[in-house]
Amino acid sequence: MNPKLRARRRLASDVSITSAAPLSGLALCAGGLGVAMLPWLFASITTQATFLWLMVLFALTWDVTGGQMGYNSFGNIVFFGVGAYVCAIAQRDLGLGYFPGLATGTGLAALAAVGMALVLGPAMLALRGHYFAIGTLGLGIAFADAAAGWDFIGAGSGMALPLFPGAPGSRQHFFYYAMFVLATATLLTLRWLYARPFGLALNAIRDDEDKAEALGLHTTRYKILAWCVCALFLGPAGALTGNLVGFIDPRDLAFSGATFGVWMVVMAILGGKGTLWGPVIGAAIFHLTQELFWTYLLNWQRVALGVLIMVIAVMFPTGIMGWLRQRGARRSSAAGSPVP
Amino acid sequence: MTDLLALHGVTKRFGGVVATHDISMQVPHGGIVGMIGPNGSGKTTLFNAIVGYHPVDQGSIMFDGRDISRLCVPEIARLGLARTFQQTRVFGNMSCLRNLLVSVPHAREGLAAMCTRQAPEVSARARQMLRFVGLHDHQAQLAAELSFGQRKLLELSMALMSEPRLLLLDEPTAGVNPVMIESLIALLREINARLGVTLLVIEHNMRVISQLADYVYCLAHGELLAQGTPPQILGNREVIDAYLGGAQP
Repeated sequence: MNPKLRARRRLASDVSITSAAPLSGLALCAGGLGVAMLPWLFASITTQATFLWLMVLFALTWDVTGGQMGYNSFGNIVFFGVGAYVCAIAQRDLGLGYFPGLATGTGLAALAAVGMALVLGPAMLALRGHYFAIGTLGLGIAFADAAAGWDFIGAGSGMALPLFPGAPGSRQHFFYYAMFVLATATLLTLRWLYARPFGLALNAIRDDEDKAEALGLHTTRYKILAWCVCALFLGPAGALTGNLVGFIDPRDLAFSGATFGVWMVVMAILGGKGTLWGPVIGAAIFHLTQELFWTYLLNWQRVALGVLIMVIAVMFPTGIMGWLRQRGARRSSAAGSPVP
Repeated sequence: MTDLLALHGVTKRFGGVVATHDISMQVPHGGIVGMIGPNGSGKTTLFNAIVGYHPVDQGSIMFDGRDISRLCVPEIARLGLARTFQQTRVFGNMSCLRNLLVSVPHAREGLAAMCTRQAPEVSARARQMLRFVGLHDHQAQLAAELSFGQRKLLELSMALMSEPRLLLLDEPTAGVNPVMIESLIALLREINARLGVTLLVIEHNMRVISQLADYVYCLAHGELLAQGTPPQILGNREVIDAYLGGAQP
């Protein structure tokens, strides 16, 4: 389909961009096949590709509160870290085999992360605007320091995870598919939720929370539920990532607010927050650029990353999806149709 | 018959400032009651007290025989008491239609309803509501892109979508052009007569009040200055003094 027409059609529709055209369905099939074959076609980048799915999951879950609901969280990494540690403890202490232990641990990680969202939600989500951002930032730092000082989970020296029992190389494949399934489940769940009153309510809270309250919306319930949805996927993501890396460091992996915690915000903003596909696109572009920086600008990769983040904030304040929409609006106004 | 809304001796202080003092008023079922008063006389404060934004210091607010003075904002709204804002508040980055879809009554909504697709009747009713206020051509447009007057109409239709029993309108005609004021008055009368919604209206425009309200309360300096039918209020010396800045006691 002509991309021009598609942009206009999207603009005119009152539903968010979820309606799949036949062409995009075909592209999805081709993409799915590519994704499934990747570990065999490009074995050397399997781990990087696994991290790509993790980044997609990060951006998608951040966007639930940050984009759709207007609550910019810098503390979502807490759910990831809690998931990583809970799974590691379960694998260490329950005495199950590798795979039963991993499955149980991942399930417990989801439960623990959601429980954490339920406990922290009522207090944190009562804060608004910048106060919520600062509060959640403090939350991430507090958890990192607490984990680094608690002997039960290895304190500052971290936790090592059990060795993967399969053949060499099969470990990468296993976690690649596991992370892909988790990221896809996140995307599909969010797509499903956004098309329901839940999505409407989140957007209403973003645009004017006082007005939403004045209309009688259960705003507190929606906000906590939204954070629980983030936690539900971030917890297992932490569990898988811990096992993929094989070692959990409290500050550099589990509660790494300065890297993962910031990246999830940047990726969602780069792609276009408040859209379903924006975070996916943002994560893909960000991860690719970051890997290129590591490869070609070694020792300067952090500087280049910082510059990239600044460029994103200045040049694409509404993200790639927002930029595309504005372009679509300009084109349709140039074509003479009324601008909405 | 009892009144739909009854205020008894409502007092609200902000520190040392008494914003409203000992105000009592009644809004009967199916009526249209007006509230006037100079700027800063406590009208909006009283509105905010009724809908639960600030808890009152003294007095009681009864809605259909139930004391609502200790309930919070969403709880009161779910009882069927809707309000519009003086500054007009709509969900700017949502289309007009989605603005209405989110404004459905939330009284019986449980966890399951959040994740269940809305019935087709809901969107049919939303479209009908947009037609009712004359915004049916704008349903896909973002609310932020509407003109000020259109936003007023959208906010009104959102309030109606929530199936209120009592609608509090804070200066519905402020900033609206004179031609549109006429149709707005007609619309408000129709809402009252056809949909059976009771109205409590803050208004500065005396012509609007006299065309719309059955009964009027006048506030000045946070106190109830006068009450009566519109002609009585318009002929009241004290009301004219309060508005035109005549001799103060």
